[in-house]
Amino acid sequence: MIKNADQVFVLLQHWVMSFFPPAFQPIVGLLLAVVAIVCVFPGLFAVAVLLERKGLGRMQNRYGPNRVGPLGILQPVADGLKSLTKEDIVPTSADAVVHFLAPVFLVVIVFMGYAVLPMGRNMTLVNLDSGLLFFFAMGASTELSVFMAGWSSRNKYSLLGAMRAVAQMISYEVPLLLASLVVVMMTGSMNLGRIVAVQNQYTWGLPHWYIFTPWGFAAFLLYATATTAESNRSPFDLPEGESELVAGYFTEYSGFKFALFFLGEYVGMLSVSGLGATLFLGGWSAPFSFLTWVPSWIWFFGKVMLSICVFIWLRGTLPRLRQDQLMNFAWKFVLPLSLLNVFVAGLWRFMGDGLSRWAVCSGILLIAYVVMARVGMRSEDFGPRSYRYAE
Amino acid sequence: MFGEGILKGLAETARNFAGSFVSAERLTTVQYPEQRIAPIEATRDFPFLVYDGADWEAGLRCVACQICEKECPPKCIYIEKSVDKKPDFTGRPQIYPTRFDIDISVCMSCQICVEVCPFEAIKMDTEFELSTTDRFGGLLYDRKELAKSNEHYHKIHPTEAAEVDARLAEEKAKAEAKAKTAAEAAAAKAAAAATVAKPAGGSESHPEEERKI
Repeated sequence: MIKNADQVFVLLQHWVMSFFPPAFQPIVGLLLAVVAIVCVFPGLFAVAVLLERKGLGRMQNRYGPNRVGPLGILQPVADGLKSLTKEDIVPTSADAVVHFLAPVFLVVIVFMGYAVLPMGRNMTLVNLDSGLLFFFAMGASTELSVFMAGWSSRNKYSLLGAMRAVAQMISYEVPLLLASLVVVMMTGSMNLGRIVAVQNQYTWGLPHWYIFTPWGFAAFLLYATATTAESNRSPFDLPEGESELVAGYFTEYSGFKFALFFLGEYVGMLSVSGLGATLFLGGWSAPFSFLTWVPSWIWFFGKVMLSICVFIWLRGTLPRLRQDQLMNFAWKFVLPLSLLNVFVAGLWRFMGDGLSRWAVCSGILLIAYVVMARVGMRSEDFGPRSYRYAE
Repeated sequence: MFGEGILKGLAETARNFAGSFVSAERLTTVQYPEQRIAPIEATRDFPFLVYDGADWEAGLRCVACQICEKECPPKCIYIEKSVDKKPDFTGRPQIYPTRFDIDISVCMSCQICVEVCPFEAIKMDTEFELSTTDRFGGLLYDRKELAKSNEHYHKIHPTEAAEVDARLAEEKAKAEAKAKTAAEAAAAKAAAAATVAKPAGGSESHPEEERKI
């Protein structure tokens, strides 16, 4: 029974597949999985938006939306209907084709990342050997769509937002990859299923998750920082800073195209949360060995939603960074630390078992953190503000 | 510098998050259609026309002087004067507006019409639930919709209305006193004229003198 609950979606897929002739079964199975992904994650997007609005409200001592349905739980439905029925405006000077393609491209790209995520035992759409590489290739392509949106709108705010987005995303792409690299170094594989399988072991009832190692913990924090920046979330929401740039790169979008950008942002957030869970939090594995009877997909989605809550919490807490702070943080702090972390991971690998590697690796990372924070993040005194005007 | 500020901030938001569920005084939200708070006395949104007595048409204080129409910055007031006259609160015959329209979709609630009105005839209302399905006709108020009793004025702005009433009573008293003295003077003059005219041989010879008073 419990075994069936764990595999319920897989069994369902096989049951539907059994109605088709054997030649069509693989393609039907894939289509079913794709449909499931395309249905489930927008559903989670609705949940995430509701959580965000209610949670942020509570953090600011407000109720949040509580009008549509009991406790406001139908608010995402109302939002969706609203954005569907709104007028779709394309500026006359905009490049109409690119303007139309940008949100579509974003959503397609973001959904493609899910192809390699293991969402439960035997629940991977495509078990690619280079799954991590594929995921990052897709993740990096969102920059293109953001720039398409900003460039094709022919609006200074859109373009400024897009420029900021590209600068920010490229800057944080490097530490993001370096932070994930340590996991590949340890596992010896870019296959996400393999990465989960390695973490899905228990010693004294505790799992072998990578977050419970010094380098894994550091990598997780760096990864979390970099993904927050990658998904343009507060405090790194400069590309769409509403107080400065109206809405940044999607200023000129309205109606359903706007909703698509919104969807893309949240679905992207869900996918990087899923990858973070896969790389550092053991994917679909249970946090204690006595909890392994709980279906694996519950753990995966639980971890994803937990990360979403942390994203919301961060958004409710931190103010937006300035552009130079953002860049300094990426290049002077996150990047050197993630490079060092690669070295520490190597050290950990070759020091063999024992407590000494714990002490050495933690010590190096801690000292580096303190030194980097003192030196790299030193606040500079620029003196009084001066202005220079064109002559 | 080491991220302890971030942790402090996270703790603060977490405290607010949890606190909003347990302590009701944290939540300052007034859930509007069900809960209401009384508007403060200085609230104002759109002008209305004050009338005295029971009949709005007869009691309208407005004398169609059109000062407000001229002063209105967004020009949302339209007035048509009457040709006949009706008595105002002191009993003096005055012209009155046959049409007095305010387009509240244009009105910017600046209160200049109230400031300039010499007759205390136009005041600011506090009614704010004015939404309508007709954005042209529904937001163009004629004088019947604008007319509101002095009691209403007392209810929404008690202090201000009391001042206005005192001022008007004083004015009325002054006007009455003036009328009385004028009447007395006229009577005295008439009597004097009569006494003077008698020996002269009739009051018919100076009819314009009496009319002058």
